[in-house]
Amino acid sequence: MFEYAPAPESKDLVKFQDSYGHFIGGKFTKPSATYQTINPATEQDLAAISHGTAKDVDAAVKAARNAYEKTWSKLDGATRGKYLYRIARIIQERARELAVAETLNNGKPIKETRDVDIPLVASWFFYYAGWADKLDYAGLGPNPAAHGVAAQIVPWNFPLMMLAWKIAPALAAGNTVVLKPAETTPLTALLFAEICQQAELPDGVVNIVTGFGDTGAMLVDHKDVNKVAFTGSTDVGRLIAKQIAGTNKKATLELGGKAANIVFEDAALDQAVEGIVNGIFFNQGHVCCAGSRLLVQESVQDVLLKKLKRRMETIRLGDPMDKNTDIGAINSKAQLTKIEKLVKQGVKEGGERWAPNCPMPKNGFWFAPTLITGVSPANTVAREEIFGPVLSVMTFRTPAEAVAKANNSPYGLSAGIWTEKGSRILKLADQLNAGVVWANTYNQFDPASPFGGFKESGYGREGGRHGLLSYLKGAN
Amino acid sequence: MPIIDPEAIVGSRITNQSLSRWLHSLPGVDKVGLEARAAALSTRSIKTTSKAWALDMAISMMDLTTLEGGDTKERVRSLCLKALTPDPHDLTTPQPAAICVYGDMVKHAKEALGKSKIQVAAVATAFPSGRASLAVKLLDTKDAVNAGADEIDMVIDRGAFLSGQYLEVYKLIQAVKKACERKDGSHAHLKVILETGELETYDNIRRASYLAMLAGADFIKTSTGKVSVNATLPTTLLMLEAVRDWYDETKIQIGVKPAGGIRTSKDAIKYLVVVKEIAGEKWLTPKYFRFGASSLLNDVLMQRQKLSTGHYSGRDYVSVD
Amino acid sequence: MRLEVKKTYKLFIGGKFPRSESGRVYKVNDHKGEFLANVAKASRKDSRDAVVAARAAQSGWAGATAYNRGQILYRIAEMLEGRREQFVEEIRALTGKTDKQANLEVDQAIDSFVWHAGWTDKIESVAGNMNPVAGPFFNISTNQPTGVVAAFAPQDTALVGLVNTIAPAIVSGNTIVVVSSEQLPLPASTFAEVLETSDLPGGVVNILTGNAAELGSWLASHLDVNAIDLEGTSNAAELEMLAAENLKRVIRPGSYSRKSATGSLQHILDLMELKTVWHPKGH
Repeated sequence: MFEYAPAPESKDLVKFQDSYGHFIGGKFTKPSATYQTINPATEQDLAAISHGTAKDVDAAVKAARNAYEKTWSKLDGATRGKYLYRIARIIQERARELAVAETLNNGKPIKETRDVDIPLVASWFFYYAGWADKLDYAGLGPNPAAHGVAAQIVPWNFPLMMLAWKIAPALAAGNTVVLKPAETTPLTALLFAEICQQAELPDGVVNIVTGFGDTGAMLVDHKDVNKVAFTGSTDVGRLIAKQIAGTNKKATLELGGKAANIVFEDAALDQAVEGIVNGIFFNQGHVCCAGSRLLVQESVQDVLLKKLKRRMETIRLGDPMDKNTDIGAINSKAQLTKIEKLVKQGVKEGGERWAPNCPMPKNGFWFAPTLITGVSPANTVAREEIFGPVLSVMTFRTPAEAVAKANNSPYGLSAGIWTEKGSRILKLADQLNAGVVWANTYNQFDPASPFGGFKESGYGREGGRHGLLSYLKGAN
Repeated sequence: MPIIDPEAIVGSRITNQSLSRWLHSLPGVDKVGLEARAAALSTRSIKTTSKAWALDMAISMMDLTTLEGGDTKERVRSLCLKALTPDPHDLTTPQPAAICVYGDMVKHAKEALGKSKIQVAAVATAFPSGRASLAVKLLDTKDAVNAGADEIDMVIDRGAFLSGQYLEVYKLIQAVKKACERKDGSHAHLKVILETGELETYDNIRRASYLAMLAGADFIKTSTGKVSVNATLPTTLLMLEAVRDWYDETKIQIGVKPAGGIRTSKDAIKYLVVVKEIAGEKWLTPKYFRFGASSLLNDVLMQRQKLSTGHYSGRDYVSVD
Repeated sequence: MRLEVKKTYKLFIGGKFPRSESGRVYKVNDHKGEFLANVAKASRKDSRDAVVAARAAQSGWAGATAYNRGQILYRIAEMLEGRREQFVEEIRALTGKTDKQANLEVDQAIDSFVWHAGWTDKIESVAGNMNPVAGPFFNISTNQPTGVVAAFAPQDTALVGLVNTIAPAIVSGNTIVVVSSEQLPLPASTFAEVLETSDLPGGVVNILTGNAAELGSWLASHLDVNAIDLEGTSNAAELEMLAAENLKRVIRPGSYSRKSATGSLQHILDLMELKTVWHPKGH
C-alpha cells in the first residue's frame, strides 16, 4: 500500500580526494603508508588514508607547540572566539556536504547526520566561541591558563561531533590540538582541516593525524603533550590512564556505558517507547550512552513490550543515504562480528531473541534492531557493552530494586527514568550513579549541557562550563 | 461487528465517578516526547510513486467542507460539482469522501451529488460552540439525518468536559448517537469533535478520545475549524494512538479526522505518514481516516498535475470554489 | 607518685577501634628518637575491612542533608578545640615543634574543619549549573560525592595534613579510608577519638596507621574504591597505574597544599561527580 519510494540524498554533494595526508601546521602532508577507508554500507573504497607514524605525530605535536607558543596563546580571547565563530558558520554553510560525507564514511543514516550530528557540531563551536573571551567567569578565578598542547582521540560513532566536542572547548580555552580521528572514519576530520584553512585559522592550531591505535598511543605518549582527551572504549581508556600515570598530563576520558532505561508503570508509555527506541537504536546503538538495558516494571511489561515490538516493526533499516532510513550500517565488519557474538552468547545464557522482519541489504554490514527478553542481571548481555542495536530487557518490582539493578554495573555514564511522578524522578536522579540522567526523554545532547560518566565510564566532562574547565589549568 | 460494553471496559457501572477514575488512569502524555515524535515523522521524504499514491489517497479521504454563515445553495452546489469532478483535465482524479456542510444545506448537497458515492456530512449539536440545550442539539441532529445526512459531525460540551462532568459528555454523545438512527434501523455515521484546541492539554485530548469512543463514536475528530488552534500533527498522532490501542482492546475500529488548518499536500502527506506509522495500514482508508479541509483539495490537485506533467502548476489551473 | 595510664594507639574502622587483625604494631619514637608508643600497623586485611566499612557508610552519609553534614563537621572542629592540649603535646613530642608552632598547627586543623563545614551547603551554589539548552528541557548539573575515597595523608605533618586530606573528601558525602603519616601517627589516633565523639556516623572516616607503601597497592587496586588521593605516597606513578584498572579518580601528590587553615574548592570537586539531569518541560 503506502510504501515509501527510495529518497536518496545526492552523493555528489561531497567530493573526496583519492588520498589524504595528515594536516600538520596548516598544510596537508604527502599521503604515505596509506590504507583504504570504506563506505560500510557498500564496502566500497572512499579514499586512501595515511597511517600516522612516530615522525608524523612528532611533527604534529611540534606544530601545535609552535602555534601555541608563537600565536594562539598570544591572541586575546575575543580573537580566538572569532575564529571559532567563523568555523561554526562555515560548518553551517557546508552542513549538507558534511552530513553526506559522514553518512558515507560512517554508515549512519543521513537523517541523523543531517538533523543531529552536523547541527550539533556547528552549535558546539558557536557555544564555545562565546567562552573564549569570558574565561575569567569560568569559575577558576582571573586569567586561567590553558594546558598547552592537547592530544585528542575520537571514536568512529560520531566522528565529526566528537571532534567538535574536543576541539571547540580546547581552542576556546587557548590550547592547540593534535587530533586523531578513528581509523574507519577519518574523512570528516579531513574536511574539517579544510574548514580550518577556509577560516584562516593560524597554522598549527589544529592538526589532524590519521591512523590506527598505535598512532593514538604515540600521540598520548608524546612528551610535549600536556592534556589528553579520549572518547572510546573503557579498555583503551584504561590503557591511556596507565600511560599517563606519573606524568603531569591531565586526562578527560569518555568511555563505555551500559545504561539502564527504567520504565515505571505510571509512565507515559507511548513516549517511553519512543525513548527506548531512540535510546538504543539511535545511530545503530553505536552510542556510549545508549539505553541498552531496559528495566521495566513487571506490571507493565506485557503492554510495554507489545508497544515496543509494534514500534520496532516500523523501523526502516537500509541505505543510510535514503532520507527515510532509521537504522543504517554497522560501522565495520569487526563491530558486526562483536555484536553477533554477544547476541549469540545472550541467547545461549537463556535470553530470548526477537527482531522485526526487516530485509537486509546484500553488501555492507547490517544488524536488525533486536530485543533480548528474559535477561537476568548476571547475563553477559546485561553487563557488557554491545555497542549495537540490541536491547536487553529485564524487570523490576519496586523503585529500590530498579535503582539497585540500574547501578549494578562498573559503568556509570547515563540512565533513563520514565514515570509521571515528579518526586520519584528527583529521588531516582539522586540515586542513580550516572553522569547523565534523562528523565522522560533520552539521548538529548546540547553544547550547554555537560556530558560524561561516573566509575569506569571515565572522568571529566564535555559540554557546558564544566567542559571548558577540562581545558584549563587548576581543574581536573 | 463487536459491540461496545462500556461497563465491562470501565469495570463498573457508568457514573461520573467511575468515568473519572477510568479516564484518569490512562497513561499520561509527555508533550515534548509526543511533539518530537510527530516532528520526526514529518521529516519522512515521500517521493515519486509513493507521493502519487499519497496524493490520491488524500483526496479520497477528504471531507470537502464549507461552514460559513454566508453559505448558500449555490455555493454548496458548486462545491458538490467540484467534488464530483475535482479536475476536469484528469478524470482519473479520485473523488473526495464527503461534502461537509451545515444541517440546512444537507438537502442541497444531496440533490447536487445525486447518486454518487460521495457522502454528505452535517455538523450538528449547535456547532461550533455546542452551547445549547440537549433538546436543541438532538433536534439539530435529527433534522440533518432526516434531510439525508450520511454522517453527523457533533461537538462535545467542552465546558462540561473541562469541569470534570464526564458523565454529561458521555450521555450527550450517546443521545446524539441515538438521534443518528434512521427509521430503517441504520444510522448516520457519528463523528465526535473534541475541539482539541480548547481542551488544551494532551492528557485531556487522550481522555476525551477515550470518552468519545466509549460512548459510541464512529470517528473522533480534532476540531471545528472555528477556534484558533485546529488540527495539529501531534494531536492527530495522539488520537491515532488512542484508536489503535482501543482496537487492540475492543476489536472495534474507530476513525480519526483531523480538521482545520491542513492546507497543503505536504501537510496532508505528513498526516498519512503518521497514520501509517502509528495506527498502521488498517487506517489508511477513507473509512477510517478523513481530512476536514477546504483549500487542501486545490493544492493537492496542483501537485497531482505537477507529477503527471512534470512541471509546476498554478492557481489559475484549478477551480476557485 | 601515681603511675600514668598510657594510651593504646589502635586503628579506627567503622566507628570502632580495633587492633590490626594481623596483631602487628610498630614503634613510634619522638623527635629525639626516644620510644613514645607502639602503634597498630594496619595490614592488607585491615585496609579491606576499612573499605567495607566506608562503603557501608557512604550512602547514608551522602544522603544526610548538607546542613546536617555541616553541623557535624563543625562539631568536629569543636571537639578538636577541646582536645587541643593533647594534640599540641603529641605534635611537640613527634616533631619537636615549639608550643607556639604546635598550637598553630592545631589552629589550622580546627579552622580548616570550620572552613570545610561551611562548604557543605554551598558547593552546589558555586559549582552546580542550570544549563540553558536549546530545547524545551529543564537541565541541571549537580555535583555528588564520588563514593569511597582512599587517601594517603602527607608524611611530613602530624595533624593538619591529615585533616586537610579527610575534610575535602567527607565534606561532600564521600567516605574515606585514610592512611596516616607513618612516622607521625599519634594525632591521627587521637583525631579518631575526636571523630568518635562528634556525631560522625561510624565508617565515614576510617584511619589506618602503618606503612603507605605496603597498603598502597591494595587500596589503589581495590575495585570498590572510587577515588584515590596519593599525597603521602612515595610510589605515586605505580599506584596511579593500579588505580587505572577501574578508572579511579586520582589526586596526584602536590596537587593541593595541606598545611593551611583553608582548603581548596577544586580539591573538594576532584572527589565529586558531576551529574546532569534532563527533563522535558510541557503540560
